[in-house]
Amino acid sequence: MSAQPLHFVSPAQFRGRVSEALADDGLRDNFRSAMNFLRDKRASQFPDPVETEALRDLGEAVRKHALAHLPALLEKLEANLQARGVEVHWADTPDEACALIHRIATEAGAQRVIKGKSMVSEEVELNHYLEARGIDCLESDMGEYIVQLAGERPSHIVMPAIHKTKQDIARLFEQKIPGAGYTEDVDALIHTGRQVLRERFMQADIGISGVNFAIAETGTLWLVENEGNGRLSTTVPDIHIAMMGIEKVVDTLEHALPLASLLPRSATGQAATTYFNLITGPRRPGDQDGPRRMHLVLLDNGRSQAYADAQLRATLQCIRCGACMNHCPVYARVGGHAYGTTYPGPIGQILSPHLLGLEASRDLPTASSLCGACAEVCPVRIPIPSLLMRLRTEANRAPGARTAQPLAGQGASFSLGQKLVWRFWSGIYARTGPYRLLRWAATRLRRWAPRRQMGWTQHRTPLVPAARSLHDLMKARRMAVSDRDVKKM
Amino acid sequence: MHAARPPRPDQVYLFGTCLIDLFVPEAGLDAVRLLEREGLTVHYPQAQSCCGQPAWTSGNPDEARRVAAAQIALFDQPWPIVVPSGSCAGMMRHHWPALFDDEPALQARARDVAGRVHELAGFLVEVLAVDYSGAGGEPVTVGLHTSCSARREMGTRVHGVQLLSALPGVTLDTHASESECCGFGGVFSLKHADISGAIVRDKVASLSAVCERFVTADCGCMLNITHAAEHQGRPLRGEHIATFLRRRLEGEA
Ligand code: SF4
Repeated sequence: MSAQPLHFVSPAQFRGRVSEALADDGLRDNFRSAMNFLRDKRASQFPDPVETEALRDLGEAVRKHALAHLPALLEKLEANLQARGVEVHWADTPDEACALIHRIATEAGAQRVIKGKSMVSEEVELNHYLEARGIDCLESDMGEYIVQLAGERPSHIVMPAIHKTKQDIARLFEQKIPGAGYTEDVDALIHTGRQVLRERFMQADIGISGVNFAIAETGTLWLVENEGNGRLSTTVPDIHIAMMGIEKVVDTLEHALPLASLLPRSATGQAATTYFNLITGPRRPGDQDGPRRMHLVLLDNGRSQAYADAQLRATLQCIRCGACMNHCPVYARVGGHAYGTTYPGPIGQILSPHLLGLEASRDLPTASSLCGACAEVCPVRIPIPSLLMRLRTEANRAPGARTAQPLAGQGASFSLGQKLVWRFWSGIYARTGPYRLLRWAATRLRRWAPRRQMGWTQHRTPLVPAARSLHDLMKARRMAVSDRDVKKM
Repeated sequence: MHAARPPRPDQVYLFGTCLIDLFVPEAGLDAVRLLEREGLTVHYPQAQSCCGQPAWTSGNPDEARRVAAAQIALFDQPWPIVVPSGSCAGMMRHHWPALFDDEPALQARARDVAGRVHELAGFLVEVLAVDYSGAGGEPVTVGLHTSCSARREMGTRVHGVQLLSALPGVTLDTHASESECCGFGGVFSLKHADISGAIVRDKVASLSAVCERFVTADCGCMLNITHAAEHQGRPLRGEHIATFLRRRLEGEA
């Protein structure tokens, strides 16, 4: 695995990275075995198909309900958070989100930030932004810490360092952590990492976290985690800043319950995570701990584009469990970094076009066999294959094509040549005469079938048409039937 | 799933699919033989071509609609339409109506046609309740690969297993990651040839580990896997389920 920093890679270079990833047998084996492990773990958490499907129905219903009332729920969330002393900020773009947080930090004279796991902070590249302005950011989730230490980016949304073997990590710690010797003992490695982190929790001025579910009715931010770093990041420093995409809101605590069950079971195959943190405001008079000030940054960054479209809105149902990538045959082969996006795998393929535009992400919607393994496990039933097809259609639109809600980068994959090929194709297959001619030519000239057939023959022998088409065989048969009584087989 | 068995028809249409038509016509003919063996008259409209799936999945719905519209016109009798390919059957049954959201008249016809579409294996099991206990042939071990869309949209794996395990002398061996995609995905295999190639390489390996011969109800997957195996010089053979069933019924290996 190359350890070069992956900051600011372009999703447009998807193909190049795919070739590199496929050439890396070690990487493929790592992913393959990690994915098999996660698939088995998930399966063990859903032994009863009836319960599973009922719970998925509920999860889907809750998320659909939240999205159907999104503007109202966001306002309710804001009001209830403010009533509990939380300052709420809205950001349209990654830059706005970073600038907001930078301002909070500068006003407080903060120097050191400790971070719980937050994919939204990855999405806006917050570490990079703050570090460029002299503020030190340290990731406290063990996986995130490892990736940060290696100068990389997460390759998975739940397990950021899943692409690394324990040998990789042993070498990394030996190189980067003063005093750490080489050991492949996983417990010892974790202990080393934790010791570094422990101290830094105490020194941090600001703790930054993500949010799994935001409950509008109570103004509660719900965080799930396994390491306790989320709790420390949100209680020890004087200031807590939570970050979330605008879609993460649900109406009531009751609505969050099925999601809180589905998320760990789908993500890591755990019945529940070790920590559930329900945070409702900063420290109150008389409280022994907790931050003195608390902020929530709500990020749009293209989400309202998905929201505006009745079909694509389903993208926002996602609860970021990662099950779709764990079950994806493409992700298992190319790994998370190849996508070049914050969110890899199937969810990334349907979400990134809204975040980055179809221009930058045009190869993502096509990089799927549409096998449907993702949709089959998605705890909130996002119809990922249908959404991929829809995005393909939007990417193929002719420039200037008028649509009700044009997507950013619509038409990015349009090519006149391709369009003509499909026109020609439909002209043949929709009409009897031309299709008869095609059959005739393909079968009679079969010996001249090309030896190289686009991508097909890179990994397969060429396709050669049969000597007679089924049409021919059936016609011959019908004539035979009228000639004589055919003995049944 | 557990609705009462539909009434047994005496006439059916066969929709042969474009891949079978040009590349594996024997499979289509064997499907006809299996249906006739049950006493059915099989009609094969000569104007048929393709279900439109290649255009549909690659994001060209206008072209898919044009091709689908031409097919929909061919099935005016109220007979079931049997399709010896799960993914095409899935396209016709589940996606044809949606293609005509803006054309109510055509949509009504598409719905009527879609409602009569059956995947071959499902039709043999669910509607005809075939009895293959008299089949013969040498003892043989085969693998079964089911197309992903066929499995998810048409329940084809269950039917395939039912048919094969009812055959005397046939042992069905499950391969590792059986439910995983073979990497075909239509234009995906051309557009992202290397990813598709990596996936099919694994499929060939896991099938080869348990059998020399596999059966499938989907010609796209079959051609993908067998041509990849041939490319790698592996002695893995694939057979359409219709052909395999017909041969066993005739006592062939
Ligand atoms: S799309 Fe579904 S499976 Fe994938 S991360 Fe989101 S919730 Fe999980």
